Amino acid sequence: MLQTAQRQSKTKKPAPPHERFLEAFRWMLLTRTLEEKLVSLYRGGLITGGVYIGKGQEAVSAACGLFLQKGDIFAPLIRDQAGRSAFGEPLLDVTRTYLGSRQGPMRGRDGNIHRGRPQDNQLAMVSHLGAMISVTVGALMAKRFKGEKDFIGLACIGEGGMQTGAFHEGMNIAAVEQVPLVIVATNNHYAYSTPNDREFACHDLVDRAIGYGFEGYNLDGTDLSGCLEVIGGAVKRARAGRPPQLIVASVLRLSGHGEHDDASYVTEEMKRQPFARDCLKVAEQTIADLKLADADTLAAWRKEAAAKVDEAIATAQKEAPPEGDKEDWCALSTRDLVDQLETID
Amino acid sequence: MSITYLEAIREAQAKLLRDDKRVFIYGQDVGGAFGGAFKATKGLAKEFPGRVLNAPISEDAMVGTAIGAAIEGMRPIVEMQFADFSSIALNQILNNAGTHYWRTNVPVPITIRLPSGGTKGSGPFHSQSMESIYAHYPGLIVMTPATVEDAYTMLIEAVAIDDPVVYCEHKYLYYHLKADQLPTESVPTGTARIAREGRDLTIVSYSAMVHEALAVAEQLASEGFEIEVVDLRSVKPLDTNTVLASVARTGRLLCVGESFPWGGVTAEVIARVGAEGFHLLDAAPQRLNAKDTPIPYHPNLWSAHRPNANVIARKARALLRE
Ligand SMILES: Cc1ncc(C[n+]2csc(CCOP(=O)(O)OP(=O)(O)O)c2C)c(N)n1
Ligand SMILES: [Mg+2]
Repeated sequence: MLQTAQRQSKTKKPAPPHERFLEAFRWMLLTRTLEEKLVSLYRGGLITGGVYIGKGQEAVSAACGLFLQKGDIFAPLIRDQAGRSAFGEPLLDVTRTYLGSRQGPMRGRDGNIHRGRPQDNQLAMVSHLGAMISVTVGALMAKRFKGEKDFIGLACIGEGGMQTGAFHEGMNIAAVEQVPLVIVATNNHYAYSTPNDREFACHDLVDRAIGYGFEGYNLDGTDLSGCLEVIGGAVKRARAGRPPQLIVASVLRLSGHGEHDDASYVTEEMKRQPFARDCLKVAEQTIADLKLADADTLAAWRKEAAAKVDEAIATAQKEAPPEGDKEDWCALSTRDLVDQLETID
Repeated sequence: MSITYLEAIREAQAKLLRDDKRVFIYGQDVGGAFGGAFKATKGLAKEFPGRVLNAPISEDAMVGTAIGAAIEGMRPIVEMQFADFSSIALNQILNNAGTHYWRTNVPVPITIRLPSGGTKGSGPFHSQSMESIYAHYPGLIVMTPATVEDAYTMLIEAVAIDDPVVYCEHKYLYYHLKADQLPTESVPTGTARIAREGRDLTIVSYSAMVHEALAVAEQLASEGFEIEVVDLRSVKPLDTNTVLASVARTGRLLCVGESFPWGGVTAEVIARVGAEGFHLLDAAPQRLNAKDTPIPYHPNLWSAHRPNANVIARKARALLRE
């Protein structure tokens, strides 16, 4: 059934709001299920390196992936599992990358969230925050050069990443080039341990939109309906040739920065704020209130998500890791231009 | 007819734009009637509408944009106004372009043109040679053409290569170097060139320093020494074999580079010859670079900062006496 949902998201005809809401909800559910499993694998010492989850940001992220069509460019970031899945990233890409399978898209060469399939328009983030904005702009320029029609790009960022020089250059160049770009910035009120007041001093981050020639919108990221409406609207406007769109969604990061981090610096007062609500619970409440699905259906969806996640983990766990002495140690695709330097053999 | 090094770069870009729809040029002031700070794209915007685009002063975003376009099938050429400003784009070049094929299996065919090296009065921020920094990082090809012919053919090859290429063009050579005509043949990248044959000493060099080395060879010929000059052409890949073969003939090695002394291309050449050709050497290998200070503005200071024919000749004589 998730497969059906995936196909729906690629069609152009907008789904009725309730269907779209439920579709997004299921990507959120899948993501929460997957990331809880990844966390337990991490705690069990079964994952090398970090685990970075998007708990509390699934609604924003799912809405990002859901409105993109085939041919659109998606540049997800740290907390965008829901968006990645909704855009079509196979679960196996996630588990293979986290578990270091040789068969994943990154083949053990890169890990965790640093993954993608650029050949399928899923850009592979580098760590350096802000860097992927201009890359998305370039991909969109290329599509325009090639005469493609009806495409947009959507790039995600955190409020911390918004403070980099690269982000500034990226916003500016997007507006100069007038590419059909949506930037979804999620202000989860922390960049690692640093709260907003040490990150920026402007009244509202969305005010920056006008300064760059973007159109800007605020969003309560805990409310899935709002996410679908605002992000869907921005995507529509970008597709219609409006200037680039900036959305600033407000949430609280409901996890540590990574799973190594207990986030003890998050204050009790912060946790009482309206933006600290758990978007998944809010969405469930909406489903119950509006009777969009009954309890049995929800239970079946949960079960299905768990089964898919278990399967993806089990498969990746059975697969061979990369091996140093069998690795193709070559960073160039042009073999005859590889430097002859003798390295460690 | 004669053609300068700079004109060769312009002609190569004209040919690329003409022959390959995927090519576009992106950089500060490259478009319009202006044609770039050094006129390397003069007239191209008019001849190829919409494909020679002025970019904002955003080196990081210029290269990021090129990477995205390359992933989507284009062949962008980014012109840095000066090599020195590519420091702003280091992140995109090293961490994004340089890692992309390795990480994702998707190559990034971008060409970044760096107007490099010192000219009189240019000072600390318009004179740098950055090839060693780019060569240090995996996933990049670094070209340092020293002749009009190489300026032309290597730029065409750079764009054809599926991997990111940092193309270091020397500003001093722009107007000083002339050839009768554009070449019809090329030497493949990764192959060094024997710029002058000799049997007493090998001077390994690249870019503008090749011409200082050739001047030294001429000078020392009148003193009875035969100097072999090797032009590396590309510093990555580095043609160790040609260097070793030359050292096998001469037994003596001097490496000359215009960039700063710590590490870098000259140190790399010596390390390789030391490791693989120690038995070929009759004297300890030597190197000459610029001084370990920022590049000075005043011509008197500038000409003392970088290696020139006099300094190279002095060093060569000392090495020949060993
Ligand atoms: C340029 C850069 N500097 C530092 C880091 C290290 N770093 C990784 S994530 C992070 C915090 C990011 O905060 P934000 O952009 O708000 O995203 P969030 O983690 O809150 O989703 C930092 C400092 C980085 N990745 N890139
Ligand atoms: Mg944050």
